[in-house]
Amino acid sequence: MESRQERAHGSPALRVENVKLNIIEVDGLTKKFGDLVAVDHVSFQVKRKEIFGFLGPNGAGKTTTIRMLCTLTRPTEGSAAVAGHDIVREADEVREHVGLVSEKMIMYDRLTAYENLKLFGKLYGIPSKLLEERIDELLGLVHMSKWRNHQIGTFSSGMRQRINLIRGLIHLPEVLFLDEPTLGLDPQSALEVREFIGRINDEQETSIILTTHMMLEADMLCDRVGIIDYGRIVALDTPTELKTQVSGSRATVLEFDIPNLSQEMILKIEALDCTEKLSQETPTQLKVHVKGQDAFDNIVGAVRSDGGRIAAVRNLDPTLEDVFLSLTGHEVRDAVTEKVTTTEHRHDMGSQRRRARVR
Amino acid sequence: MSSVRIRRELSHSLWIAWKDLLEFRRNRMGLVMLALMPVFMMVMTGFIFPSGNVLNRVPVALVNLDEGLEGLNIVSQLETINEESGLMELLSADSFDETKRMIFNGEAVGGIVVPEGFSSALSNGEQGTIIVFTDQSNPQISATLSTVLEEIIDGIGTMRAAAVVAGLAQQANTTLNPLAVVVPYAVESRGVVEGSTSYFDFVAPGIMAMVVMLSVMTGLPRAISYEKDIGTLDGFLVAPISRLSIILGKVLAQTTRGLVQGIMVMVLAYVLFGVTIHGSILLVFILLFIGVFSFVGLGILLTSVASDEQTAMMMMSTLMFPMMFLSGVFFPIQQMPPIMQGIASILPLTYATGALRKVMVLGAGLENVWTELVVLIGFGVVLLAIAVPVFRRAMTR
Repeated sequence: MESRQERAHGSPALRVENVKLNIIEVDGLTKKFGDLVAVDHVSFQVKRKEIFGFLGPNGAGKTTTIRMLCTLTRPTEGSAAVAGHDIVREADEVREHVGLVSEKMIMYDRLTAYENLKLFGKLYGIPSKLLEERIDELLGLVHMSKWRNHQIGTFSSGMRQRINLIRGLIHLPEVLFLDEPTLGLDPQSALEVREFIGRINDEQETSIILTTHMMLEADMLCDRVGIIDYGRIVALDTPTELKTQVSGSRATVLEFDIPNLSQEMILKIEALDCTEKLSQETPTQLKVHVKGQDAFDNIVGAVRSDGGRIAAVRNLDPTLEDVFLSLTGHEVRDAVTEKVTTTEHRHDMGSQRRRARVR
Repeated sequence: MSSVRIRRELSHSLWIAWKDLLEFRRNRMGLVMLALMPVFMMVMTGFIFPSGNVLNRVPVALVNLDEGLEGLNIVSQLETINEESGLMELLSADSFDETKRMIFNGEAVGGIVVPEGFSSALSNGEQGTIIVFTDQSNPQISATLSTVLEEIIDGIGTMRAAAVVAGLAQQANTTLNPLAVVVPYAVESRGVVEGSTSYFDFVAPGIMAMVVMLSVMTGLPRAISYEKDIGTLDGFLVAPISRLSIILGKVLAQTTRGLVQGIMVMVLAYVLFGVTIHGSILLVFILLFIGVFSFVGLGILLTSVASDEQTAMMMMSTLMFPMMFLSGVFFPIQQMPPIMQGIASILPLTYATGALRKVMVLGAGLENVWTELVVLIGFGVVLLAIAVPVFRRAMTR
């Protein structure tokens, strides 16, 4: 990645060429708050019309990076260009081209949905007639037309986030920054929001940069994912590529439900040659990374020999969670806030992902 | 800056102000407080601070130890005067000791004693002495009470002397006004404007200036740090609008709110307390506006320095109290010790209050208040020159 970076900034001519290709160019961006290094010499590019995901636990530096790119925070070191404009020297130009939907909703409870959208539309200098049309169009897009003249304060969090999203899109920005867009939403709303993000990217050709601590969200939505931990990008690639890297091409993950799972069984499975890594998810659930053709038979044999009953077996692809774990040596557990269990989630994801890819 | 650009920035400010005022209008509790605050200020300050040496039915013990006619005479005159004025409630007592006891027990705040031999002293051509007891634990009331009683007794004495002089004059066959002999010098007090003024006339302009300016100074940091806290300020900061139009929009909204409150004070003062404005209302508004201008810089500065809403509020109240009490809103600056007068002279509110009072109470015109206007504009320019760069810097950390 570093070498690619150097090449990109090799000559001014090349850089101009890159503006057409890359909507965002980041070079050694650093932010320090006193002694704390929130973002540590981060470099990457985001291509036009791409959905780029920042994945990492809370406090990894995702939000600070986004805030610097939005001109809300001044970088301590390094530089970045958004839509061909320097984020420090040409902050005003950058602001024309970006939209921000941050974790804290940018809306006023005592104003109606329409009034909120109108305010921000006016701040972007959109002529009244066009603005009226666009507000109606956007409200329709998120199925909120009938709530047009209701105060935001009376909305559920899912409804609010939908308004908040189209608020960020009111000036049809080239680049849309989404900081944790599904945080604190119920699964249904989160799903709708994800769907909407995909659609905007597709129809408006908006480049989208989103941060999330939810591996599955990144996996489902993003064309490329940057994994960030302690202010550094530890990996950057397509989700598929990242998962291949971590597991080796033919490795498999098996998940067993064993109602009478015992410590002896775990030890026995761990001792098998085919077992690469093993983790216990719940008291009755076991996740095993395996290799080799006879791995399944061997594990089933080991469990049976101890009198274990196998209720279910699933063959899993490695997730971005596994990628994160293998790259950083720790899990992203501290940050799981979506109000669903992992299994339900995966179910949602599967169908959702198919849909998303079909579009 | 081109005029197109200025117009665009102004329109951004107006939209932000529109938003703030709309939010404010829909906040019912806020509206109630908006109306109540000036009412409280007026009522509290107007009724608590006495507007002169006025007593209202304070209990006073009265003892007559004299056995002659003169004693009865003066007691009945005291009672008549008191019935008309309602200053005291006279409680009869039997002795010195009982008077003291009544004061100790708090039944009376003072005592009047006509001592033994009062009549005989007078008939022997000597002065008759009346003793006034006061309660030293309550210096304000005692001072007022003794002043009032001295005045009353003096008045009774003067009437008596005038009667004597009139009798003598008749005997000497000359015509003269007996009062010219007894009280040769008379004092006539006149105000520079017609009619008498009450404490409300004094305090209303000050409260108006204070309410308007403080609501801008406190409202501004509160409004901005609140939006910073809940994250909505980012919506303005990430939009292609200048930092200045954000703050200008906020200032416009707060100023409107402050002026509405100022008008409310004016109306209340007129309706409830009979305060009239002698000068031009336009000048009053100009003064309020320039007063706000003088404060805006301070508000912006506090906004930039305060990291969150709580800090902003704390800084506000720390600054508010000295301002309220030192700038002559409630107490005349001339009565303060020299150091405090010095501090008062560096507070913009002092000048705004002074000028507003001149216009409202005395009917002064622009030519009488231009020094204050210049000082206020000076404050505004200097504070803004400091505040605007600090604010710009603070918004992009």
